[in-house]
Amino acid sequence: MEFKDYYQTLGVARSVAEAEIKRAYRKLARKYHPDVSKERDASERMKEINEAYEVLQDPKKRAAYDRLGTGWQPGQDFHPPPDWDTGFEFRGSPAGEAFGGDFSDFFATLFGGAVGARHGAGVHRRGEDHHAKILIDLEDAFRGATRTVTLRVPELDAKGRLAARERTLNVQIPKGIREGQLIRLAGQGSAGMKGGRAGDLYIEVGFKPHAFYRVDGRDLYVSLPVVPWEAALGATVKAPTPGGTVEVKVPPRSQGGRKLRLRSRGIPGDPPGDLYLVLEVVLPIPETERAKELYQTMARELAFNPRRSLGV
Amino acid sequence: MDTDIVTGILVSEQGALSLEEMVEACGTEVEWIVELVEVGVLSPEGPDETAWRFGALDLLRARRLARLERDFAASAEAAAVILDLLDEIERLRACLIRAGVEAV
Repeated sequence: MEFKDYYQTLGVARSVAEAEIKRAYRKLARKYHPDVSKERDASERMKEINEAYEVLQDPKKRAAYDRLGTGWQPGQDFHPPPDWDTGFEFRGSPAGEAFGGDFSDFFATLFGGAVGARHGAGVHRRGEDHHAKILIDLEDAFRGATRTVTLRVPELDAKGRLAARERTLNVQIPKGIREGQLIRLAGQGSAGMKGGRAGDLYIEVGFKPHAFYRVDGRDLYVSLPVVPWEAALGATVKAPTPGGTVEVKVPPRSQGGRKLRLRSRGIPGDPPGDLYLVLEVVLPIPETERAKELYQTMARELAFNPRRSLGV
Repeated sequence: MDTDIVTGILVSEQGALSLEEMVEACGTEVEWIVELVEVGVLSPEGPDETAWRFGALDLLRARRLARLERDFAASAEAAAVILDLLDEIERLRACLIRAGVEAV
């Protein structure tokens, strides 16, 4: 497994006091917290930061970690020295568990024993619930789909030590699902202890950005380009819907920005969502003499000041 | 590797969560959830604690609040304010999306 340099993760020297570690953590949390951060890899970074802080803020864990010495490089292949943790007892802190499986093998090897000891003394206990998020294509919400989810789940091995195991599940995505909905899979969380029930798995569903549909709850929005004469005179034009191409009537005297609602063409459900076509007037570029003439004719014969509302 | 296809239920009107299920899903205590309901962060259906039914949004909000409290050592009140501001940002982003303006 790879060695983790927790001091480097928090950007502090090995010698700093506890208060400085806390300060460094808070600063990084503000930057990378997935709930407030815009950084792309915020969620990954926050996991590393949380793991580093979990170890360094706890004097016992920090002392044990420090005992590994300074000879290690981040990413270097690591095997713990025998009896490296003699004399330390990690207790009271939910090592790794708080991250719901989002800890490194390095962490589990060093500090995972603590959880086993804690749970071993317990009695009949329900397994923990787990949480995951998946991104699906908008089309999946129209047809339903099956998606494979890979999870890292914390488990206790035969010796009662904590280890992360990869688990793959094929999850049925029901037709009509919306962004922000949760699929609850009963019994797919952690196993129970001493005859306790298994926990559940909650999967939050998000949509991948679509090339042209924008999603708002069950409703969809799409910009529909039209040429000036289609908008001015009215026309029947083709428009995309997730269910296939349809023909729609653009009413005469339409302006750009006008919304045409196609009832029940949004995400299926009860009630189904609507699809809004937002007209976008596109001007043909006058490439030929003939095209220029047509624009010139309009300029001559249509007395129209589009800036009248600006008083100019 | 599991190859069976597992089918879940949606946490919505039909599959809403009881107080006990919320406690388990958040890995927290009953008192913490009750307090969030009292201060209006969570809004379950139902007249009293035993009949409360929480939806997907409640669970997502509660877990987000728990993360904010834990990672910033924030009080419940401060975390709730952050949560409200994040909601407002999301609402405004949704407006931008509807308007066809890409939210950066």
